[in-house]
Amino acid sequence: MNYILSVSDLSKSFGAVTVADEQNFGVTQGEALGIIGPNGAGKTSLFNLITGTLAPTSGTITYCGESITKQSAALRCKKGIARSFQVPQPFSGMTVFENALVAATQAANLRGQAAYDFCIKVLEQTELLAKANIVAGQLTLLDRKRLELTRALCTKPKLLLLDEIAGGLTESECVSLVDTIKAIHAEGVTIIWIEHVVHALLAVVDRLIVIDFGRIVANGNPQQTMNSDQVREIYLGIDADV
Amino acid sequence: MKNDNTVRFTPKNYVVTAVLLAIVTAALAAAPYWLGRADLRLAGEIMLYISLATLWNLLAGYAGLVSVGQQAYVGLGGYMLFAFTIFIGVPPILAIPIAGVIGALLAIPVAFLVFRLRGAYFAIGTWVIAEVFRLSFAQISALGGGSGTSIPASIVKSMAETRAARESLSYWLAFGLAAFIILFVYLYLRSSKGLALTAIRDNELAASSLGIDIWKTKFFTYVVSAALTSMVGALIFLQKLRISPDAAFSVNDWTAFVIFIVVIGGIGTIEGPIIGAIIFFALRETLADLGTGYLITLGVVAIIIMLKAPNGIWGILRDRFDISFFPLLYRVENQKQDR
Repeated sequence: MNYILSVSDLSKSFGAVTVADEQNFGVTQGEALGIIGPNGAGKTSLFNLITGTLAPTSGTITYCGESITKQSAALRCKKGIARSFQVPQPFSGMTVFENALVAATQAANLRGQAAYDFCIKVLEQTELLAKANIVAGQLTLLDRKRLELTRALCTKPKLLLLDEIAGGLTESECVSLVDTIKAIHAEGVTIIWIEHVVHALLAVVDRLIVIDFGRIVANGNPQQTMNSDQVREIYLGIDADV
Repeated sequence: MKNDNTVRFTPKNYVVTAVLLAIVTAALAAAPYWLGRADLRLAGEIMLYISLATLWNLLAGYAGLVSVGQQAYVGLGGYMLFAFTIFIGVPPILAIPIAGVIGALLAIPVAFLVFRLRGAYFAIGTWVIAEVFRLSFAQISALGGGSGTSIPASIVKSMAETRAARESLSYWLAFGLAAFIILFVYLYLRSSKGLALTAIRDNELAASSLGIDIWKTKFFTYVVSAALTSMVGALIFLQKLRISPDAAFSVNDWTAFVIFIVVIGGIGTIEGPIIGAIIFFALRETLADLGTGYLITLGVVAIIIMLKAPNGIWGILRDRFDISFFPLLYRVENQKQDR
């Protein structure tokens, strides 16, 4: 298979707590992969491992045919891996536009007018352009989440990691977000999306991975996976035999 | 689709501030012609403190490197000036950039050491390094050991024949260096590296996830500011003509006062350290007769500013009048709406 990203035997533990347990999976170019799992299952930790803000205990991460396991977060971003944080991490003293510009200049290596134009285009797409001159620290939660997406897109990613970007949004906000993500996916960006808002997730993804206690317990077609016994057991606590 | 949005640095009343800035710069450049001797000396001292405060602000206000050990580079610069002029016979004006180069070279190993520390530990670490510098220079008997040394009169005379000419030259050096440092910091912050630095100030986690090499950016900032601080140090002791370890590596004179200046002026702004330096000297000149009461007053002023105006005096002025002499903010303007 021609994977853009693959992890093999990836493990990470903090003392007795294992957040990633011998994980193996791959993502093909242009795919949209969804990840679900209970709170504390290790979903965000997996993103931290892929983006390089966390170093694995063992295992390797391969991106575009090259092992990136030992590379810094900054370098991985420059190579095209971008993420949105579950808890928004804005540059709170800078304006929305400047936040976007950081990504466009530092990761996508754009300069001057080209960088400005690109940021404005992305801000238009994420519906933040009207707030371009507002200091990021003053944004509402919804706008902070949009800013996370904006910054990730301004890095010109090949692989986009979205961490619970729909959490806490109203239904109509969620619909417009799903449209935006679909549009990004249609441009050819590979997406991995962690989400609790399952109907939003299922509207976009081609495949679903279920993580529990750091282990991958299911990996396959979204609808079949959602209906599988493992998922019912994890979320509903019903013993499959009963 | 046509793009109706433009991005500019310039605030609304740009012409007014630019003209004002040009007039002030021209007036200050001509100061030796319209200021008396004592006042010229004071103006030179203010320039040197503006330089130190601007550099400390770059470190603490932008790179998040709260150093309380910048006196290490002030003292080093001073001692290098003395060593190169006395032992090697380098002209004093040439010794200033040499001091800068040596400051940068020494800052490299120091950075590797202190960058392992974070926050308060970094602050204490830089102070300890400065003490090591002080104790080391006190051991060098050729430079007077613990009691210090003076620049021979022949070297002083080599700069300019008359005393008035020397004082003018001394002022112009201080003014030139201050102008250079402010311009350098301004252009640096406006560059893409400066944008990265500001991002690091706000959120290191997000910065590293957006392709910014945090260590490298901070390292560059630290080394450059050490080099420039060493040059300021050389100039300070070229004016004093005498150096001793206690004066050269004084945490009070070269760091505590500098932090006061930056905090009351407005940390994280270019205008803040300039305004802070002027206020500091205004207080010092009016309260000097109070003895210890002067330091107590400075402390009270600092506490009130920190409580009531965390963005400093410049923060108040900027918010009130929407002015900026060194615009750094990117503004997106929609031409349809604004015209």
